[in-house]
Amino acid sequence: MDPKIEAKQLNFYYGKLHAVKNVTLNIREHQITALIGPSGCGKSTFLRTLNRMNDIIIGTRVEGEVLLDKQNIYERNVDVVELRKRVGMVFQHPNPFPKSIHENVAFGPKMLGLTRTIKLNEVVEKSLRAAALWDEVKDDLNKSGLALSGGQQQRLCIARVLAVEPEVILMDEPCSALDPVSTLRIEELMQELTKNYTIVIVTHNMLQAARVSYWTGFFLLGELVEYGKTVDVFSRPTDKRTEDYITGRFG
Amino acid sequence: MHAKATHRLAMALIWGSGFITVLILFLIIGYVLARGLPGIGFDFLFSAPKGGLSGEGGISTTIVATIYLIALTVAILIIPGIGAAIYLSEYAKDNWLTRLIRYGVETLAGVPSIVLGLFGFVLFVTALHFRFSLLSGALTLVCLLLPTFIRTSEEALKAVPRGHREAALALGSTKWQAILHVVLPAALPGIITGFILCIGRIVGETACLYVTMGGSAAMPTSLLSGGRTLSLHLFYLAMETNAFEKAMATGAVLIIIVLIINTITNWISYRFQARMHGGA
Repeated sequence: MDPKIEAKQLNFYYGKLHAVKNVTLNIREHQITALIGPSGCGKSTFLRTLNRMNDIIIGTRVEGEVLLDKQNIYERNVDVVELRKRVGMVFQHPNPFPKSIHENVAFGPKMLGLTRTIKLNEVVEKSLRAAALWDEVKDDLNKSGLALSGGQQQRLCIARVLAVEPEVILMDEPCSALDPVSTLRIEELMQELTKNYTIVIVTHNMLQAARVSYWTGFFLLGELVEYGKTVDVFSRPTDKRTEDYITGRFG
Repeated sequence: MHAKATHRLAMALIWGSGFITVLILFLIIGYVLARGLPGIGFDFLFSAPKGGLSGEGGISTTIVATIYLIALTVAILIIPGIGAAIYLSEYAKDNWLTRLIRYGVETLAGVPSIVLGLFGFVLFVTALHFRFSLLSGALTLVCLLLPTFIRTSEEALKAVPRGHREAALALGSTKWQAILHVVLPAALPGIITGFILCIGRIVGETACLYVTMGGSAAMPTSLLSGGRTLSLHLFYLAMETNAFEKAMATGAVLIIIVLIINTITNWISYRFQARMHGGA
């Protein structure tokens, strides 16, 4: 099977800081790929290059290629808005808009031009169900998204992404601000979502990577040190640095 | 023992300053209201000033002129103000040109209003032949208020968390959609607060209107009519007539208007806080 996303010799710079160094990595369709590593290792920056989220940060530079279905997303004629529709993102801190639950989920489809109320209501229900939030909020869809608990807010953000029907979902430490129960719910949800979506998750939590992912990449100081099936990376790491990290000798 | 004494002294000073501030505030407001309120009645509010040096009559035309002036100024102010704020906070790159613009805006905000009044007199009243009129006054006020309005709106836009912008973009919206549908609505209460403070300044401004609106106490009938706002009327009453009680009554009306404006502002700020934290 062809990979969904291929990063080829990808380099990323914040001004003079070389944050991602020559990373080559394939992401398989309908599977979960986890990126782990200590703070500041470049894993989040790498993740954000996959839907060109770093474009909005001034003074940054990308070298190399990222192929989405064989097409380089950094080519001149690529429509970034179209790209982000296909590659959605869930952020570290739950960031619902200061709008109602309904408006939060309907936002993406509305921006894409969907206006019919009946259709929008359908999309909202479907997305909230897919994000395992429907039963908790179906009676107060007009309540502010900010009035939900942290875990619910993050599932709302996932529902908001699902409403756009992307192909890939990037998750940037989606559980780092959540309690263990909420974290578990999100992890279960991720497994459900692999039926239809390709997921890349950045996480601080090695146990989480081990629990949810099929592939794991270990980043250190901007380099991709090791990449392979999660079972192999955690049980038989080939690089000494990976072994040191996952056995808790640093990080 | 020494520390305790210092503490007592500091507390006395802090309480003393607070007490004096509040006392002065109540003295001023209390004095104006006490002298002014008895003069406010139906006749006073709904009849026109007699004009001239008599100081007799009411304040009806000046209330109308004030309302017209507010409406006109705000209508001209709002689009360029918010537009410039969006440009500065969302689009402008940090380079020498935008730094120059910001510096210009800040400097303009500190220029005394009478200087802008003179500018308005030269440009609008004479060069553009708008005469002493509501239009000249409103345009001059726009020059006076634009910098402040841009700054407060820009701050309100910048206070919207970056996460909202990123989330909107990550959902496949264009930058303009993200601004229009997420950033602007989130910043709106802050912008409205700045906007209402501008209205407060329009109500209170006298110097720059003195040289751009003339002081006709007649009912304004068009954009090019001269006019006299409440504050200007107060100035005329106090300086050119002996109708001191009328001036006090006008002052009381102004204080009441300002109190209402401040109450609305506080209420909106409160709503803003509540909305950002999940209420309502």
